[in-house]
Amino acid sequence: MELLIFALAAIIALASAIMVITIRSPIGSVLYLILSILAQSVLYIMLSGLFVAAFLVLLYGGAILVLFLFVIMMLNIRQADLGTDSLRRVKPLAWVFGAVLLAELVWVAMATTARISAVDDKFGSVPEVARLLYGKFVYPFELTSILLLVAIVGAVVMAKKGLS
Amino acid sequence: MTVPIDYYIILSAFLFTVGVIGVVISRNLIVMFMAVEIMLNAANLALVAFSRQWKLMDGHVFVFLVMTVAAAEAAVGLAIIIAVFRNRESVNADTLNLMKW
Repeated sequence: MELLIFALAAIIALASAIMVITIRSPIGSVLYLILSILAQSVLYIMLSGLFVAAFLVLLYGGAILVLFLFVIMMLNIRQADLGTDSLRRVKPLAWVFGAVLLAELVWVAMATTARISAVDDKFGSVPEVARLLYGKFVYPFELTSILLLVAIVGAVVMAKKGLS
Repeated sequence: MTVPIDYYIILSAFLFTVGVIGVVISRNLIVMFMAVEIMLNAANLALVAFSRQWKLMDGHVFVFLVMTVAAAEAAVGLAIIIAVFRNRESVNADTLNLMKW
């Protein structure tokens, strides 16, 4: 049963990821990426990472991808603006080298042979992750606020009109 | 019947490869950017799978930090795309050839 859910979520996540990079329309890409994220959050829950699963849906599906949608709608790109595809002839090569990379990665992944054993309910729950965030990792956590501040300022400066 | 960790890692490898191919074959800046997001998500999946295997939640904290970085990157990157579109009237990566040679 668990294997069936895994297979379904994995197929949806992978197929929609492939659709993201092959479909012509950018809006379709974003919607397929949201579908891929939702399928991946199912996998996170199966790995008992409830906190990260919730955050994936909220932050990725809810915030980042909506930002993508806003930008695509704001730019109002027509098909003609996408221009000609200068890479048409070398595209098959990308799939070949991608297959080589995949073979390497799978070969490395095969090395993990450890069986997983059961964890208690607390594993991956919000209080437990929060204890780590505000305890062991408090300095990296605080530093992310500086990162976000820099990103906000940078985004405003970059997107401002009249920037030479 | 639990799913072995290898399956998650192999799925993560597949997703990462899709992201790499997406960056290479796509000429649309926005789609290239989304392919980078796919790669970040593949890394996140591997982190969560490994933290489940070793029963350490440090991986979950790393995923949280990666997501924060992805949010910052999306904000700045999309602002850059807006600036590029304003200057070049296009989001095709081929128009950005000033530093090509």
